[in-house]
Amino acid sequence: MLDHLIPILATTMAAATPLIFAGLGELVAERSGVINLGVEGMMLIGAVAGFAAALHWGVAGGLFFGALAGVLAVLPFAFLTLSLGTNQPATGLALTIFGIGLSAFVGQFFVSQSLPGLRPLDIPLLAQIPVLGPVLFQQTWVVYLSWLAFVLVAWVLARTRWGLILRAVGESPEAAHAIGYNVTGIRYAATCFGGAMAGMAGAYLSTVYTPLWVQNMTAGRGWIAVALVVFATWRPGRLMLGAYLFGGMTILQLHAQGLGVELPSQLLAAIPYVATIVVLVLISRDRRHLLLNLPASLGKPFISH
Amino acid sequence: MTLIKPGVGWYTPASFVSRFEPPAMSAPPRVPPPRLALCHITKRYPGVVANDDVSLSVQPGEIHAVLGENGAGKSTLMKIIYGAVQADAGQIMWNGREVRVGSPSAARQLGIGMVFQHFQLFETLTVVENIAMALEGRFDLAALAVRVKDVSEKYGLPLDPQRLVHSLSVGERQRVEIVRCLLQNPQLLILDEPTSVLTPQAVRRLFDTLRQLASEGVSILYISHKLHEIQALCHRATVMQGGRVTGETDPRNETPATLARMMIGRELPVCHAPAYAGEARAVLQIDRIRRISADPFGVSLHDISLTVNAGEVVGIAGISGNGQAELLSALSGETQGRPESVSIAGVPVGHLHAGQRRDMGLAFVPEERLGRGAVPGMSLAENFILTAHRQPALRRHGLLSFGRAREFAARCIERFDVRCNGPQSAARSLSGGNLQKFIVGREIMQAPKLMIVAQPTWGVDVGAAAFLRQTLLDLARSGVAVLVVSEELEELFEICDRIAVLAGGRLSPPVPKDQTDAEQIGLLMSGPQEQPA
Repeated sequence: MLDHLIPILATTMAAATPLIFAGLGELVAERSGVINLGVEGMMLIGAVAGFAAALHWGVAGGLFFGALAGVLAVLPFAFLTLSLGTNQPATGLALTIFGIGLSAFVGQFFVSQSLPGLRPLDIPLLAQIPVLGPVLFQQTWVVYLSWLAFVLVAWVLARTRWGLILRAVGESPEAAHAIGYNVTGIRYAATCFGGAMAGMAGAYLSTVYTPLWVQNMTAGRGWIAVALVVFATWRPGRLMLGAYLFGGMTILQLHAQGLGVELPSQLLAAIPYVATIVVLVLISRDRRHLLLNLPASLGKPFISH
Repeated sequence: MTLIKPGVGWYTPASFVSRFEPPAMSAPPRVPPPRLALCHITKRYPGVVANDDVSLSVQPGEIHAVLGENGAGKSTLMKIIYGAVQADAGQIMWNGREVRVGSPSAARQLGIGMVFQHFQLFETLTVVENIAMALEGRFDLAALAVRVKDVSEKYGLPLDPQRLVHSLSVGERQRVEIVRCLLQNPQLLILDEPTSVLTPQAVRRLFDTLRQLASEGVSILYISHKLHEIQALCHRATVMQGGRVTGETDPRNETPATLARMMIGRELPVCHAPAYAGEARAVLQIDRIRRISADPFGVSLHDISLTVNAGEVVGIAGISGNGQAELLSALSGETQGRPESVSIAGVPVGHLHAGQRRDMGLAFVPEERLGRGAVPGMSLAENFILTAHRQPALRRHGLLSFGRAREFAARCIERFDVRCNGPQSAARSLSGGNLQKFIVGREIMQAPKLMIVAQPTWGVDVGAAAFLRQTLLDLARSGVAVLVVSEELEELFEICDRIAVLAGGRLSPPVPKDQTDAEQIGLLMSGPQEQPA
């Protein structure tokens, strides 16, 4: 039993990592009041850019250029929504469609190429712990990086002046402006962070997880990241929970397919999406709690005069 | 009293000149320069001059009133001092030196603090987090919480630093704003209409705090249109009308009548309330309305009962956010409940929607004029249709007739003295007072049995406010039951026959106006949560 469970849990960690990166980025953007539905597109652009870079500079270079490509992809979105005040959901959708097309065009040069991937990095001592060791501490360094990102985002949001300002801007940009903060600048920064994290998430998929380029390889993970943020009521801890839940269900349904469960594989493949949403809806049912965490200005343009 | 006539320069009395000129560089000044001096400030917006050659000066430790009615240019002037708006012409002198206040943070650097009329607070953050937002220096919420406690106790502004702002009463929120300013050690504190949401008792506590601050040398600019408050608190007053300074005076040597003449150019209008001659049958009966609010920022209603008779005006006093919005939506029909919870002329209507209740003779004027009372981009004729479309007089062969709507709108404009360019002008082009006259007129022309009005004169100029109050009184005396929900105690005492108080979602029994006073009503308004600590 345990022999089966350990590999499942260990691969869950790897499957959840892109959702953590993309979700944390979107969470920061939404906390500042910007809803960006372009996550899927930014991930794809990051994936293809990261793959190209990783061919020369390895995984670290791939992640870096994936993040950079994510920022470049989100800048037009930021300019349109923050400087010109266009509708955020519509502009975000355009960004996703653009990302799907652009990545498919650029990616045709990389089809059938492959990367060596990444070997796990055992953490000394901790990796020897029974069960926990193989699950948590025999992962690639990118998984550890996702934990670091979680700790940093959670700490900055809850404990620092930056986090306070970010939350305040998301709640009432008018009040933040009145007491002298540059709302548009802060939102630009948060949106770019979201782009970088989504780009990195895509690059992880193409350089570590698969590791090869396939058209449309994100397969809706960008949308799951957006949904996770909402159902996690904009809190990083719950976002991690949702990401691992989704990762675990993805791996489980793969095993179920392998064991020959009497269900069409397409239905099995849908299970992680359904299960994650159902669980998160159940834990975030409390309307009071939802309203207290919802950034009140989410999706509303703010143009200072 | 110094009345400044139009066309005559502000600086004509020689004694005033020195107060505005910077001291000569060579000789040290014998008198300390004013804390703040504005010299010939002018600010134009398209189509309107908000400030026209405005000058005023504030000494250290002086409580200086800026008096004027809505639209007189007070708020624009304060925004210029606070750096939120830049003047087109004129100078700002700060402690004798000319300065440019380019932004609110520049103003704070100089030592200017501002308490906004519409609080600039973040509901989901704690008190101490809200205060930290406005402060420079090391980010240490624990240490700041201690300072907040110290300052709030020193000035009699009790606050719990760890509470979330959305759970605070309006008075407590104002304390957060004031403490936030005080922690920046301001030399000048601007308060914009600070008492509009306070009970009479809370106003006295605020005045004590302000006097203490002034005695420590802090200058205070006090913006208001309430004459008796200015007389009670302020050392000097600058009066503005239509963007210009119309006088500067010591308000303690004036009477409300003379101040009013400076402010609006004539005496304050008074309403007259004749006795009702008709039969007093119950028109509106509210029977134990109970609503549990699902919204964390909302208020639950607890067993609210009230009867309003034909021929009388009943007032519901209280500070907004104590269940006013919830009660009004239960009465207007935007939310429904038990049939018997609301009855109009004896017929249960609690389960009916807003349109069906209008058929029963209900007229309703909501608090938000633009967006709920009227659609900003639509013409007055179209806005007339919005609540009157169920009236047979507007129909022709079963269809709405725009021609008749225009006719009705034109009659409404004439009868209720609405200043506009006719029925085709857009609702948003009207001033607050004129739009409110149109909306109230629209409801009256539908011959209601029951009229419910929320904040009838909020943000309305003095003349229109008096007209609206008299209109409501006349309507009641013609046999209609009128229910007024308002934050303005003076207004309620002027037009109501009986007054009840809504606080914390509970309604006090209505009391005849001559058996109570503002003190007692104010005590009821503070409710259990805001007794003096």
